[in-house]
Amino acid sequence: MSGRSDELDINDDYKYGFHDPEVSVYKAEKGLTEDVVRKMSEMKGEPDWMLEFRLKALATFHAKPMPKWGSTELLNSIQFDDIYYYLKPTEEQGETWDDVPEYIKDTFEKLGIPEAERKFLAGVSAQYESEVVYHSLQKEIEAQGVIFLDMDAGLREHEELVRKYFASVIPAEDNKFSALNSAVWSGGSFVYVPPGVEVTMPLQAYFRINAENMGQFERTLIIADEGSRVHYIEGCTAPTYVRDSLHSAVVEIVALPGAQLRYTTIQNWSKNVYNLVTKRANAYENALVEWVDGNLGSKLTMKYPCVNLLGEGAHGEILSVAFANEGQHQDAGAKIHHVAPRTTSRITSKSISKAGGRSSYRGMIKVEPDAVDSKVHVECDALLMGDSSRSDTYPTMEIAEEQVQVEHEARVSKVGDEQLFYLMSRGLTEEEALVMVVNGFIEPFVKELPMEYAVELNRLIQLEMEGSVG
Amino acid sequence: MSDQTPIFEARGLRVAIEGKEILRGVDLTIERGQVHALMGRNGSGKSTLAYVAMGHPSYEVLGGQVFYNGQDITELDTDERARLGMFLAFQYPMAIPGVTVSKFMHAAIKARAEGGTVQLREFREKLTSAMDLLGVDKTFTGRYVNEGFSGGEKKRLEILQMFMLEPSFSILDETDSGLDIDALKTVAEGVNATRSSERSHLVITHYQRLLNYIAPDVVHVMMDGKIVRTGGPELAHQLEANGYEWLEDELLQPAGAQETA
Repeated sequence: MSGRSDELDINDDYKYGFHDPEVSVYKAEKGLTEDVVRKMSEMKGEPDWMLEFRLKALATFHAKPMPKWGSTELLNSIQFDDIYYYLKPTEEQGETWDDVPEYIKDTFEKLGIPEAERKFLAGVSAQYESEVVYHSLQKEIEAQGVIFLDMDAGLREHEELVRKYFASVIPAEDNKFSALNSAVWSGGSFVYVPPGVEVTMPLQAYFRINAENMGQFERTLIIADEGSRVHYIEGCTAPTYVRDSLHSAVVEIVALPGAQLRYTTIQNWSKNVYNLVTKRANAYENALVEWVDGNLGSKLTMKYPCVNLLGEGAHGEILSVAFANEGQHQDAGAKIHHVAPRTTSRITSKSISKAGGRSSYRGMIKVEPDAVDSKVHVECDALLMGDSSRSDTYPTMEIAEEQVQVEHEARVSKVGDEQLFYLMSRGLTEEEALVMVVNGFIEPFVKELPMEYAVELNRLIQLEMEGSVG
Repeated sequence: MSDQTPIFEARGLRVAIEGKEILRGVDLTIERGQVHALMGRNGSGKSTLAYVAMGHPSYEVLGGQVFYNGQDITELDTDERARLGMFLAFQYPMAIPGVTVSKFMHAAIKARAEGGTVQLREFREKLTSAMDLLGVDKTFTGRYVNEGFSGGEKKRLEILQMFMLEPSFSILDETDSGLDIDALKTVAEGVNATRSSERSHLVITHYQRLLNYIAPDVVHVMMDGKIVRTGGPELAHQLEANGYEWLEDELLQPAGAQETA
């Protein structure tokens, strides 16, 4: 294997897919006021109901208290008035390549990210139109009646569909950050898969991003109609550098009866980012929803993908990995809500804490009365490296039905000296041995990823492990 | 380095763990191409010698030196010793969850390879033939290293590694313990098949049973942190017949201790 391009066809596509940047730069207004929201909605040419939705959400945001979990200290340090809530085209360019931190450039180098792509990922060039890839994909899926647009275009072109499902899974008032997102959302994906349609190729948000930069307040809505199948992939393993430190997305999934939907996320934010995301799915009769969620980077991540099992026989699955390195706090977890009978769920959470990093599993299992014969399986594995690293588990279970089967396993392990000695006695250096143990630990997650993501994630772990040996 | 240089040598080796002295002056010389057996009761220091030879960080060398091929390796890290050509077959091999045998094996070979590259095809062919020879099941390579392995499977994997990595000097730390006769034969086969003028072995064992299948050139007996007697294969038989007490009694008589030293 001589390099990335041999193994990863997709990246070949990328090289050709990314054209020279258009001169499309942004200027922003700071602060969060009704005026900002109105102006944003107007600029986008939105229907009145969306403006009203935004304004109501804004009021909710102001009224709601901060969450009392995760890291209250970090949450309370967010300066909401110091954030650009809407970016519009202008003639000034804020950032240059020189402003991008060295460690980010260094990582791009090591991952072998093509030059042009680096600037895009670093948020320096405002946009790359990955037209070739996106359009060939579009052509293929459009023939099947699949809609795959950015959320703004979705609202423009499919208003009735959006109106029906938007905020139906996550109401604005769900929490402070869903309210914030509802008020100022921009970008994200809108996906609709018609009944019985099987989308064979994963839909990758990465290819779709054209009008917006890495959105701060992305809003994604995916509707998998009856009996359809789709795999949606968001994010990439390359570090995503953003100057703005707050990222607060909302992702809603509707899996209608018999639909099968997998949502894969790999996020690797730069170390200044607060990543506060609300993700939830409604799964109806015999539907299957899987969240595959990988979190690296960021300063603070709070993210608890949720599945509401609303129809009989629905299955929800949440598989997540969090890597907390020095100075990072990954507060991740999962929520499953068993509402209908004979619903099943499985949560597998893996966390790695290194060099003083902190990771938490925060889980909620709720079984309603009448959700008879439901089954829940929860497995939490934490791997600790270094004496000052930390891992916590906060599982909550509210079981209101007796006729259910609930299993919960939690394990905390340390990379043992004996394990390292064993590997080193075979000739691996201490660092290679550590990387091997960590990659083995997340293997159950990695094997669920498409090949190119799996390869990159393993390489990324290797980078995260660099310098971990004194 | 002439061919007369011993492949392995311990000189006056004194070793402690957690402040307790376990090895109290061990002298041991292993020539190229030889198989040495190290026998002794539990707690006599045999496994400590194996770990120290491989550079386990928990052991403190209080005095003396360890040489590999004439080079003083007392201060070298474990992985450096491995890359020089040393190998330890563990008494209790560690599980590495999520890492397949073939991935692990590939990484180990790569770590030792010059320039760090290994031809994948060559590697696969070699692995397949080694597995055939040792009677290891084909599904082995896709399983996670030692995870859920039976005692016999773990030992077979150790021998498979020894086979693949082609070390010049292998230490087998009670590889025979807890094995049924089939697994024992696999171990013996592994050693016998790798026996050559270029490769040496130190077989640590509690019983003489394994030595029915591996004929050692030299037998050492360790007691209380010292090698108290060195002899030919007959020494193992004497021990088998008369027990360690016999040797203890002999050692109490001043003349006896000189006999084979």
